[in-house]
Amino acid sequence: MTKQSLAYAESVPAATAAALASAARGRFALSRRARDSLGGTLYYLACVLLTLIFLFPIGWSAFTSFYTPTEAMASPPVYWPSRFSVQNYANLAQYGHGIWRYLWNSASVTLLTVGMTLVLATLGGYGFSRFRFPGRNLIFVVILATLMIPFQSILTPLFILLRILHLQDTLIGLALVYTTFQLPFAVFMLRNAFDAVPREVEEASLLDGCTPMRSLLLVMLPLVKPGLVTAGLFAFFGSWNELLAALILMGDAKNFTLPVMLLNAQSGQLGAVNWGLMQAGITISILPCAVLFLLLQRYYINGLIAGAVKA
Amino acid sequence: MNIAASLRLPRAPLSRRERAGYAFILPCVLFTTVFFLVPLAMTLWMSFNHWPLLGKPSFAGLANYLDLLQDESFWGALWFTTRYTLVVTPAIFLLAFALALLVHRAVRFVGIFRTAFFLPVVIGMATASLLWWWMFNDQVGIFSAVLMDLGLVDEPVQWLAETNSALASIVVMVLWKAAGFTMVILLVGMQAIPQDLYEAARMDGARWIQQTRYITIPMMRRTFALALTMSVIGSYLAFEQFFVLTKGGPMNSTISVVHWIYRASFTYFKLGYGAAMSVVLLLILLVLSVIQMYLLRDDND
Repeated sequence: MTKQSLAYAESVPAATAAALASAARGRFALSRRARDSLGGTLYYLACVLLTLIFLFPIGWSAFTSFYTPTEAMASPPVYWPSRFSVQNYANLAQYGHGIWRYLWNSASVTLLTVGMTLVLATLGGYGFSRFRFPGRNLIFVVILATLMIPFQSILTPLFILLRILHLQDTLIGLALVYTTFQLPFAVFMLRNAFDAVPREVEEASLLDGCTPMRSLLLVMLPLVKPGLVTAGLFAFFGSWNELLAALILMGDAKNFTLPVMLLNAQSGQLGAVNWGLMQAGITISILPCAVLFLLLQRYYINGLIAGAVKA
Repeated sequence: MNIAASLRLPRAPLSRRERAGYAFILPCVLFTTVFFLVPLAMTLWMSFNHWPLLGKPSFAGLANYLDLLQDESFWGALWFTTRYTLVVTPAIFLLAFALALLVHRAVRFVGIFRTAFFLPVVIGMATASLLWWWMFNDQVGIFSAVLMDLGLVDEPVQWLAETNSALASIVVMVLWKAAGFTMVILLVGMQAIPQDLYEAARMDGARWIQQTRYITIPMMRRTFALALTMSVIGSYLAFEQFFVLTKGGPMNSTISVVHWIYRASFTYFKLGYGAAMSVVLLLILLVLSVIQMYLLRDDND
């Protein structure tokens, strides 16, 4: 016998063992794969089902907004319309002072709020992050502490205050109030963003002869863009969606924001609610939020985490 | 450096840089003072006055607070808000934890699922409430219609017309609206758990359920505390869902504290009384915030 055959002979049981083992592994792997695919199927089934449940109200409302007004009001509701129409949107354009008016109100208050919040929070965040002055920490803590105080508890005085300032029932007055609500979080966000920029970047620009303001605008601002986007998104959602303050502070129907206008439509004319019009209005108020969120969700979620960890 | 700074004369003129610092924060400080701190002080002051919407206020001492003690509607609202909080907080938490466990793993399409579960969070509470008010409607609402078509009920269900089903309906709506928020908070907590803990557990043959029980849950105690206290504080401030879905009904059984403050101030024009309620609510929330900070304090403090 050659050494080789001996090796072969010896290797037979080993090979068998290996084959058995691999078969066993194979069987095990097979059963695990089967189990995984069953588990995987169940997993995806659960996720898809939940996704449908979560998206259903939004989708159903948007879908019915394209029914004819008659079918949108049908009782019991129809699951599929005989034809689609944009008549509800046309009716919405005629409702009250017209949807364009309310959209303009909501958009201008929201954009004013976002703009003012970002300007003030950039200045404030930069000041708190880069300058040392007496009382700095105390003032920062006071501003941040207002986050813990619900704005609901100061709405009545705000109502009186705006009356004193002759800003009652104006979109600017409402935007000023919203800006105040958004400011603490935005300052916190931007101070952190400025803190994260290495000091050398700014020192270099100051050595090059920049004033602090120039250095802030030209050198620092591009570096804190994520912080700006996050703070801006929070201000946007906060003011676009706000109801209670707008309800209290806005008296004249032509100054209503979208949520207040929708609430008005809820009470209906002569007790009858125009359901199709409501769904069109709801769809229009959801759309900007959904689009912004889908485009910028990374920033929004990061801000959420920062806010939660701080709170 | 610090010694030098503390030895400096108190009235030393501010350096150029210090003045610049003040200039940068001045607009923020102004805003916060005018539109937050002054109104806050006014709330406190108003609560000690009879303050009609029009006409002159008059000092009332503790009268508003004494009235409050006797006001069954206020205690009813506070009790209802508490009950609502006790129901909605665990419900949101459990759903959010289940959702977070589902979308924690890195598999295909998981991003889509996460986004879908979170999407209702960015819709305004008022808009969401109107949307569900329509779906809950007994005449044109989808829920009653489907149940009737399935033959499960004979006539339309009055979801919002009866006390218990009204509360349950609101909770379902809020679950849909808010679970995604808590889900993200919990996801962040889950992602912070070191992976080698799970690997070690797998080596020891721990199944998924045991890993969840013995690693995930104990490691997330602080995140749980954060999610729960945030949800409790948010629930105490609930307003829109009641204002839109039930208008406080049936028979004033679903009036929340903020809703009651709104009514006292702007329906009955008793601003001082509303302010007293605001102060009480403020104190409740301060206590809750302190509890939150206590639960979330660093262990090495």
